[in-house]
Amino acid sequence: MLRFILRRTAQTFLVLLVMSFVIYSLIGLMPGDPIDVMIAGNPGVTPAMVAHLREIYGLDQPLPLRYWHWLMAALGGDLGFSRTHSQPVLEVLGPALAQTAKLMLTGWSLSVVLAFILGTLAALKPGGKLDAAIGLFTFAGISVPVFWLALILVLVFAVTLHWLPASGMAGIDDGGIVDQLRHLALPVLTLALANTGTFTRYVRAAMIETMRMDFIRTARAKGLSEPRIVIGHALRNALIPVVTIMALSFGTLFSGALVTETMFAQFGMGKMIYDAILGNDYNLALSGLLFATLVTLASNLAADLAYGWLDPRISLR
Amino acid sequence: MTAIDTGAIDQASSVWQLRWRRFRRHRTAMASLVLLAALLLFVAAAGPLAALQGLDPDATDLLSRYDSPSAAHWLGTDEAGRDELLRLMYGGQMSLLVGIIATLVGGTVGLAIGLAAGYAGGRIDALLMRTTDGIIALPLLPLLIVLGAVDLTKLGFSSQFAHSGAAGFWRIVVIIALVDWTAMARLVRAAALSMKERDFVQAARASGAGPLYIVFAHILPNVTTPIIVAGTLTIGRVILFESVLSFLGFGIVPPTPSWGNMLNNAQEFVTTDPGLAIYPGLLIFLTVIAVNFLGDGLQHAFDPRSER
Repeated sequence: MLRFILRRTAQTFLVLLVMSFVIYSLIGLMPGDPIDVMIAGNPGVTPAMVAHLREIYGLDQPLPLRYWHWLMAALGGDLGFSRTHSQPVLEVLGPALAQTAKLMLTGWSLSVVLAFILGTLAALKPGGKLDAAIGLFTFAGISVPVFWLALILVLVFAVTLHWLPASGMAGIDDGGIVDQLRHLALPVLTLALANTGTFTRYVRAAMIETMRMDFIRTARAKGLSEPRIVIGHALRNALIPVVTIMALSFGTLFSGALVTETMFAQFGMGKMIYDAILGNDYNLALSGLLFATLVTLASNLAADLAYGWLDPRISLR
Repeated sequence: MTAIDTGAIDQASSVWQLRWRRFRRHRTAMASLVLLAALLLFVAAAGPLAALQGLDPDATDLLSRYDSPSAAHWLGTDEAGRDELLRLMYGGQMSLLVGIIATLVGGTVGLAIGLAAGYAGGRIDALLMRTTDGIIALPLLPLLIVLGAVDLTKLGFSSQFAHSGAAGFWRIVVIIALVDWTAMARLVRAAALSMKERDFVQAARASGAGPLYIVFAHILPNVTTPIIVAGTLTIGRVILFESVLSFLGFGIVPPTPSWGNMLNNAQEFVTTDPGLAIYPGLLIFLTVIAVNFLGDGLQHAFDPRSER
């Protein structure tokens, strides 16, 4: 078990290291140049001064060397300065991370609950009418473009019904907890609906498999009622692996969060990265992407370990 | 020797006839096939309709922005006074083309990697599969956006090419193919692994067949059906990727329409002209759900155990 943990952790760090180099190189390929941004609006700059600036910032050095310097600084906690926010990157990251966590956790939990209800109902009678209807819903969930789903929800709940605000994180005049929750409602609903389809398929498949097991037949033979068999026996056994797989979908969830945050003007990690790329804020884009990768990899690792620990049938190699 | 009565089974003995029979019984898949055919006709009619109406899908007319449907513009006009229906049709050509081409490119990459990993085994297999795991674990959309933002002139392309429509098209095909080969690679690897231990493959090897011959003559033909199913499902995913990238401004760039970039100003449309916010997304949704149902139907049809 310990060897398994160590190996998986080492693998995760290796992937993170490789990705940090890939992302660092990609950010260097974005349009524009940090020096161009710096000297913009300053007509008195001579080519000699530009060359000097390049030297100061180390931009004349080859890519691997620049990466090495950046990596050392980053490991020391210096992620640089965000150009568009005029703040150190770490101070921008903090609130964005909190906002994304709020959105993703509520969205994820809601879709898990929905998926368990729908998946269990569908698995009660595979091939039946209810199963077909839920199947249609899951296919719709997998096939819908998230940004369009958000638009439709805005159209229905904000523009037509006026129940909920269309975007933003809080009203200007209010800003209390109820107001914040109202602003979170549509983004969370979007994210949850977009993920429920996939999650429902997991639950349905796991439930159908579990319902075929011998201990279910034993429970029936004992004369237990069907709800007790489904909830007390089958669901409990299907629960653990399914929730673990759902935790593994963090990467997809984050992609969904990027779209949702952009659509609803929620300042989370996704919108932060998107704005940073649009605004040539190299340091912020780089750190944001790396942070998103780090959190995704960490959650995958945690889910992997939990899976191996909870299910003794998995051999840990 | 008396003839044995084989009954109805013999009537449709070909594998493909049996598959078609199973496919036809999958009602949603059949409906999807019809829907997809209709969508193809719809986007193919763009050229003829434009000629017939004498309209140019890229011609802007700021005096007739957000026009309601009329005899001249059947679905009205968009935010720049362009004919909405024609742009939906041309945009559909672009979205479907990206979907198919990127699937073919990514599928070929996945096929090659899966075959290499499955057939070679050992260290090559371990390296390729760890790479695959690594890519699957990444938050893909932010990375796709960075790839979409890459300045092609910094990679040595001429400025003229970097800003052309062709570069925009190939860029999105390449970046989607770069990340969406993993499912195919895993599937093909698993199939290749199980195939290479079979007796007939061992026999071929014993009679002196080289690895390339074995892969092409014995392994590939036996993994065709899962590849077709996986490829179909990939098309749906790729169309979704294209639409979200174009929507965010990092895919197909206007004035060339795609279903995704037609929604660029959608937040504005929601209040001014909801139709413009609904149509392109609805077409994406219908296309992708039909493709997914088609994949489901094919899986069902290719699996002899799935007789209902």
